[in-house]
Amino acid sequence: MTKPAATPEPYTTVIGLEVHVQLQTNTKLFCGCSTKFGAPPNTQVCPVCLGLPGSLPVMNRAAFQLAMKAALALECRIAPFTKWDRKNYFYPDLPKGYQISQFDLPFSSDGWLEVVDPKGAFARKVGIIRVHLEEDAGKSMHDEAAGTADTRIDLNRAGTPLCEIVTQPDLRSPQEARAWLNELKLLLVYLGVSDCNMQEGSLRVDANVNLHIPCPDGSVAKTPIVEIKNMNSFRSVERALIYEAARQYDEWQATGAELGTTPKQTRGWDDPAGVTRAQRHKEESSDYRYFPDPDLVPVTVSEAEIAAVRASMGAPPTVLRTTLAERWKISAYDADVLVNQGREIVAYFEEVATRVGEGKVASNWLQQDVLRTLNERGEAIAAFPIRPDALADLIGRVQQGDFDTSRGREIFAEVLASGRSVADVVASLGIAAVGDDELIALCRELITANPKIVADVQGGKEQAAAGLIGQAKKKNPNVNPAKVRQTCIDLIKAM
Amino acid sequence: MQPAELSAVDLVAAIRQGDLTAVQCTEAFLERVARLDGSINAFLKVDREGALATAAAIDARRKAGKPLGALAGLPVAVKDALCTRDLPTTCASKMLAGFRPPYDADTVARLRAADAVIVGKTNMDEFAMGGSNENSAFGPVKNPWDLARAPGGSSGGSAACVAADMAPVAIGSDTGGSIRQPAGLCGITGLKPTYGRVSRRGLVAFASSLDQIGPMARSAADCALVLETIAGHDPLDSTSLAADVPRYTELLEQPLTGLRIGRVADHYAAGLDPEVKRGVDEAFAVFEAAGATIHEVELPHAKYGVPTYYLIAPCEASSNLARFDGAHYGHRSNPEGSHRAGSGGQAFESPLVEMYCRSRGEGFGPEVKRRIMLGTYALSAGYYDAYYAKALKVRRLIRQDYLDAFERVDLIGGPVSATPAFKLGEKTGDPLAMYLVDLYTVATNLAGVGGISFPCGFTRGGLPVGFQLQGPALAEPLLLRAADRFQRLTDWHLRRPKQIA
Amino acid sequence: MTLARKDVAKVAMLARLALSDAELDTMTSELSKIVGFVSLLEELDTSAVAPLAHPLDTQNAFRDDVPRPSLTTAEALQSAPHHDGECFLVPAVLGETGAA
Ligand SMILES: [Mg+2]
Ligand SMILES: [Zn+2]
Repeated sequence: MTKPAATPEPYTTVIGLEVHVQLQTNTKLFCGCSTKFGAPPNTQVCPVCLGLPGSLPVMNRAAFQLAMKAALALECRIAPFTKWDRKNYFYPDLPKGYQISQFDLPFSSDGWLEVVDPKGAFARKVGIIRVHLEEDAGKSMHDEAAGTADTRIDLNRAGTPLCEIVTQPDLRSPQEARAWLNELKLLLVYLGVSDCNMQEGSLRVDANVNLHIPCPDGSVAKTPIVEIKNMNSFRSVERALIYEAARQYDEWQATGAELGTTPKQTRGWDDPAGVTRAQRHKEESSDYRYFPDPDLVPVTVSEAEIAAVRASMGAPPTVLRTTLAERWKISAYDADVLVNQGREIVAYFEEVATRVGEGKVASNWLQQDVLRTLNERGEAIAAFPIRPDALADLIGRVQQGDFDTSRGREIFAEVLASGRSVADVVASLGIAAVGDDELIALCRELITANPKIVADVQGGKEQAAAGLIGQAKKKNPNVNPAKVRQTCIDLIKAM
Repeated sequence: MQPAELSAVDLVAAIRQGDLTAVQCTEAFLERVARLDGSINAFLKVDREGALATAAAIDARRKAGKPLGALAGLPVAVKDALCTRDLPTTCASKMLAGFRPPYDADTVARLRAADAVIVGKTNMDEFAMGGSNENSAFGPVKNPWDLARAPGGSSGGSAACVAADMAPVAIGSDTGGSIRQPAGLCGITGLKPTYGRVSRRGLVAFASSLDQIGPMARSAADCALVLETIAGHDPLDSTSLAADVPRYTELLEQPLTGLRIGRVADHYAAGLDPEVKRGVDEAFAVFEAAGATIHEVELPHAKYGVPTYYLIAPCEASSNLARFDGAHYGHRSNPEGSHRAGSGGQAFESPLVEMYCRSRGEGFGPEVKRRIMLGTYALSAGYYDAYYAKALKVRRLIRQDYLDAFERVDLIGGPVSATPAFKLGEKTGDPLAMYLVDLYTVATNLAGVGGISFPCGFTRGGLPVGFQLQGPALAEPLLLRAADRFQRLTDWHLRRPKQIA
Repeated sequence: MTLARKDVAKVAMLARLALSDAELDTMTSELSKIVGFVSLLEELDTSAVAPLAHPLDTQNAFRDDVPRPSLTTAEALQSAPHHDGECFLVPAVLGETGAA
């Protein structure tokens, strides 16, 4: 979360988002072609998704259920009756000349998702106007350098199920928009609705933005709404909105143009240049001639079906944050960090914490060691070689005093590097192998060299013995610090 | 007896018994095609090699004692609106010249699985839009009863090839009368099943909520035989009905005693040709003699059928035909071509838009363009409610008329067309006059029910007159039984055109 | 009922149909007649009638999320007017967008 600006802008930025997410199904929305990303062009196509003459769509049940999951998690009302409409326009990545979408009777509407700040600076409900299901288009690839070369069309993505989520214009800053998108992504990933991978195009965002500018006469001037497209990360969404707000303010100061005086403008975000640019406006482009698709039949949804989907959903992140903090006695901040990492990290954490019998220490290891390592290695928790039982074993040995935390970290690194078990690594480093005679000899050496500490311990300050541990480790890194301490105290007391 | 004179039922039996081989049967029909189709133009593609190879394979299987399908060895001609794997499928349009579908329509797949022999693809009105078969990009079909006359449409090629004994049965499609009207004008029997009874998968869509595939043959019994194979639920067509398929051929025997047939007074309004009226009246008398009772019924909104149809069908068509844009298959305008379509003075905003507009401008014929324009207009911003939405409301009233009528009668009878076959070129200058040839047939499609047409007499000039029966949803057994009974009592369906004999 | 020639030209562009000047003239007069004809429906009071978009009363036609074989790329491209063996080729679409 960014700090509040030192001098607040002289306007409020009003933002509504339109998000398209690809649903995690095996097959496309209306045909049996695979939705796997990255296949060679036009290898996951059939008469239906190629829009060949005579081909007919049949709705994928799993897609409908995933979409319902998303809608329910977004607190939407599920329509008891919904139907499919054709949105007609010509574009080469849309082989039928229309997109099967939903127009006047979307399957769900009227929901909300809170944007949560763990530090408590804000917590606001952002209204969802509607969530509907539709098919994706294919991909057009053009050789920018050649300019005039033909555009290549790959229809592998054509027909992939998409959920379109349209918010109310409830967001009030670019930062808030970004935070809300993070929360939305987290929720959808938790539910297994979508992987929300923006690089692979499985989450795409357009933003509608204008400014509300308080005027000296007490009225509020509203600038024309602009739709921003082509943003390919949440960071670019934030940057584009910051840029666009400033641009609109400048324009308003120069022209005074207000909402309703011009048709809605579409601007594309140029990420390298850091600016939005006006896109060509086509007069007829919005006349989509929607009408009910006669190739599909309507869908009815019963209360029982809604309940069944709800029951299969699991706890959403908002709920999990609270339960995790309470169950493991960790701070709201720690719970937030863990939950924001996703469902698998939470499961990993809970297993470690259960085995260790304590949340705080497990949370520390997760955040300081596991997450940092995952980041460095660019790895997902599922592929992480140290499984929860191994980490719990390691933490347990630290807690028993076999070695201290920093030595534990070395062992953690060695386990990671070698792929061997914690016990193996401990043994190979010789930690358990320092014999009693060897240890006693070492302690005697230290006592002789440190008369001040000896005096302190003899004077009743046993904690002074800690000063010997560091020196012992320098001489022999494999000694057990707890044993060194006890042996030294015993020897001094016996003097 | 020549194979070409046998009914489909008899042909299948003869082949099964070994009295006739599938190759002999196929050759007999192909021979007639070779001899006659030059003057009729019923076929857009004759698959001589493929048909003979299939027939030979069936004969070999029979010899080896292997099981054979229900239509083993039966030659079938398929309307060019149905996709046939690796055989050209053009919908009689330049737009689809060179298109080879990589899949079979469900109906074609079922025919092949039943060991029918697909002999070729039949001519039609372009994209099934028309009532005379004159809207084919590959020349009109001639009516075998009078080569100067139209066979009706849009399944004119299918009707004419059966009428001329070039195939014992053909597959047609019916969106507003396209099976029943040409069947009537060509003196054969054509059945439009209930919407959803036959899968639409692989039928190039004209108007998806109206289109239905059906059999065309010389008799109701032959239609029953073919329907038994092509009807049935297709899980890959969301609008296909899940109801079981009755054994239509076995349900023909029951007499018509007690059957209530409705007669619609409006069918006799001005414009009905007196010779057609006479044929229709005589048909009602035949049914009465067979034990049926005739009752006056009303279809008060039937007169709105044609305008309703000419909104709904073009609206759906404008969207269904959007895919023909030159991008992925079909005709693409050559950017260097010198005879390219114009743009009505409009500049194109990009090479892509120009490619779209010119490809479609060149590929589609005038009637297809008219309907795309009408549908686009009726769906566009500001007109949707006045035209499309209004038509949908009237559609409900029309369907309700049928539901009410079928409370009182089992079937509704009447003419299939107001006139016998008209002269080629007679109506081509006036689109509206052509639209009215669908007067008695469109409401069936709007209501989604079934209808059958069959010959009930001839004019003094020797042109067939057609009778139509319409029934409630899934009443195919009754439609076929009534038509079959009629054909047991009359011989109109057995008459053959002399001109081409 | 008379449609304006320029409105008919607009519809032609919406439908992506290039029409010659002569075609546009004919189309304007024919469409005017046809629209006049279908306007016969106006005489019916349908204010209390619900639209009927489809003759079927069936609902909930679904399929399971189970992959079915796709076509080969060669089959997918077999009727393409222009392709490079991998992709369909169309005139450059730089700077144009579809919808979403
Ligand atoms: Mg969308
Ligand atoms: Zn597919």
